[in-house]
Amino acid sequence: MTLVSGWGRFPVVDSDVLRPRSFAAVGEAVEAGTIARGNGRAYGDAAIGTVRTVTMTGFDRVRSFDPATGRIRLEAGMLLADLVETFGPRGFLPFVVPGTRFVSIGGAIAADVHGKNHHCEGGFGRYVDSILLRTGQGEVIEASREQNSDAFFATIGGMGLTGIILEATMRLRPVETGWIRERVICASDLDAAMRALDAGDSATYSVAWIDCVARGKDFGRSLIYLGEHAGKDELTEGAAAFPVGKDPGLGVPVDLPAMTLNRYSIRAFNEMYYRMGARRAGGSRLVSLYPYFFPLDSIADWNRIYGRRGFLQHQCVIPEAGARAVLGDILERVALRGDASFLAVLKKLGQGDGILSFPLPGYTLALDFPVQGDILNFLDEIDRFVVAAGGRLYLAKDARQSRATFAAGYPALQRFNAIRKSLDPAGNIRSKLSQRLFDEV
Amino acid sequence: MTSRKSAIVLGGSSDIGRATARAFAKAGYDVALAGRDVAALEPDAADLRARYNVEVGLHKFDVLDTASFDGFVAGLPALPDVVISIVGLLGVQQTAESDLAHAATIMRSNYEGPSLILGLFAEKFLARGSGTLVGVSSVAGDRGRASNYVYGSAKAGFSAFLSGLRARASSSGVHVVTVKPGFVRTKMTEGMKLIGPLTVEAPVVGDAILAAVEKKTDVVYVSAKWRLVMLIIKTLPEAVFKKLKF
Ligand SMILES: Cc1cc2nc3c(=O)[nH]c(=O)nc-3n(C[C@H](O)[C@H](O)[C@H](O)COP(=O)(O)OP(=O)(O)OC[C@H]3O[C@@H](n4cnc5c(N)ncnc54)[C@H](O)[C@@H]3O)c2cc1C
Repeated sequence: MTLVSGWGRFPVVDSDVLRPRSFAAVGEAVEAGTIARGNGRAYGDAAIGTVRTVTMTGFDRVRSFDPATGRIRLEAGMLLADLVETFGPRGFLPFVVPGTRFVSIGGAIAADVHGKNHHCEGGFGRYVDSILLRTGQGEVIEASREQNSDAFFATIGGMGLTGIILEATMRLRPVETGWIRERVICASDLDAAMRALDAGDSATYSVAWIDCVARGKDFGRSLIYLGEHAGKDELTEGAAAFPVGKDPGLGVPVDLPAMTLNRYSIRAFNEMYYRMGARRAGGSRLVSLYPYFFPLDSIADWNRIYGRRGFLQHQCVIPEAGARAVLGDILERVALRGDASFLAVLKKLGQGDGILSFPLPGYTLALDFPVQGDILNFLDEIDRFVVAAGGRLYLAKDARQSRATFAAGYPALQRFNAIRKSLDPAGNIRSKLSQRLFDEV
Repeated sequence: MTSRKSAIVLGGSSDIGRATARAFAKAGYDVALAGRDVAALEPDAADLRARYNVEVGLHKFDVLDTASFDGFVAGLPALPDVVISIVGLLGVQQTAESDLAHAATIMRSNYEGPSLILGLFAEKFLARGSGTLVGVSSVAGDRGRASNYVYGSAKAGFSAFLSGLRARASSSGVHVVTVKPGFVRTKMTEGMKLIGPLTVEAPVVGDAILAAVEKKTDVVYVSAKWRLVMLIIKTLPEAVFKKLKF
């Protein structure tokens, strides 16, 4: 048994961890209480089996690649970082990337991850054509929009609960360069931020960073980042068409004492961040895809900043109608508390593709909180606003929502459960997350 | 005809072998993988072709079947620029202490086979006047330890073979590299207690081998810390060393 946790390091749970070397061995590893694990970047308990956790990152082979179309078949344990580094210089990038490149393809499919382009281009699953799935019942099936389509749409966003994804075929985006033309807009309050995001609907990439501790007239002040892929003709003479991503060099070597993060240090950080961003507002500039898409990847193990007890991310999505009022209510409470951290991210989402996919048309807000004091009660309180507004929480980030919050947010749950049951009648595939939120007690 | 350089990896199915083949293919080499089970190497060949758009050959090679070596080398479509021997067998020290066959297999897999095959390539390379030979040895060969001296002694023999070959080839266009990886997280070391700060992942070894070939390094300790650790271990007086049960 090994102690396992997600990226938020809460909760920490005992599990039998296996690292199979062949697909046959993956099959043999499945027994009651098994879940697949990619690179452990989900924050909470999604990638921890109730009995056994099967690590997939050893499976990182490309099976085939067509340079004419950008269609690729690969093993599900391959990291997005590897995909970007290998095929970027050849003129292809994934259509959708989350805020870190250290996720596996299997994890990206299972969470149907969204990037800064969800409002116009959808999520990761939209570019997946088919998957090879090892079900809990012991079959290995190929699933696509046409073939075994129930299994396909339940697996996209299904948090690993339909079985273990072994391989996937997906389409990559042809790009001329690895550079993004970035434009920063400065919004002085929440209304301005939401207006700017709406105005950015036609931009390929858009996201807002909110100063979630600012109060009074600065309440909701934000920096909005818009981005487009840059063409070759936009590069200055002699610039490499494809920038190199640096390995996260020095990491955070130890858990920082919880003291380091307090309302004063966070406020100072946000003030500095806002001012530095505001200076760049208006103009546009070219940035490498690495800092643009993966700003935190340059600091290894940054999750240790939150100290030994770990941290929680709260990411909700609120349907468009009435979103302004609810987001205002939530942000007000957060600003009053003052301990939410560096990352308050606001962005627009479109319709999700999988049955259990998180995105729905509206605004998503993501906040980080260190595990301390009455934080669990506080977040329950925030959840009530989310539920009342017809919103939901992101399972890939969740470690603590209640069954009621979950059921209210995901009305397609029954359909998902029926498909899950048909693929795994004995209930072999289970995670700590499913035990907490889905499974019959 | 391609003007690209070529490398062959003996022991291509190991984690270090895969990583090394990737490093060379990424750098634009055509690569060949050689191993006992050619069919099992197919997915890795497909991976290399798809990733890096290079030529990938597959060849059957069994390090214990020394009688096949001449035929193996003669059967290659062309003499490669770089030959990398990754083959090796950790074995089980306790078993080897009483089971002569097991001990012999460890010795032959780590010393006899790798030395003979690299020696054979060396003759061809010296005749041609160019080429690089890489032997993956081990820090375990730097000093025999109570816990793995069967393996360690074979690696010591291999290291000595490589250093002798290097000296002999020094004024030719042929270069010999000795690689001492230290702890690597692989299939071979699964379940073993590895010391975190001294342990590296297989891709680090692959990159180190490529760098050593391109920079013509003689002896590479993949993690620089190992050079220091082994320096200390090598210089301990025997009277002290033999009391250390490790
Ligand atoms: C810094 C940071 C930024 C992030 N930014 C974003 C973002 O912008 N957008 C976003 O959507 N997400 C974001 N995330 C969340 C992350 O993208 C998801 O949690 C993703 O699922 C992690 O992938 P992983 O390979 O690490 O999977 P894990 O965390 O190991 O697993 C996540 C889920 O995928 C399942 N899974 C993994 N591999 C397989 C497989 N082979 N077969 C079946 N199921 C599998 C697991 O069972 C689990 O339910 C971010 C996370 C971090 C740490």
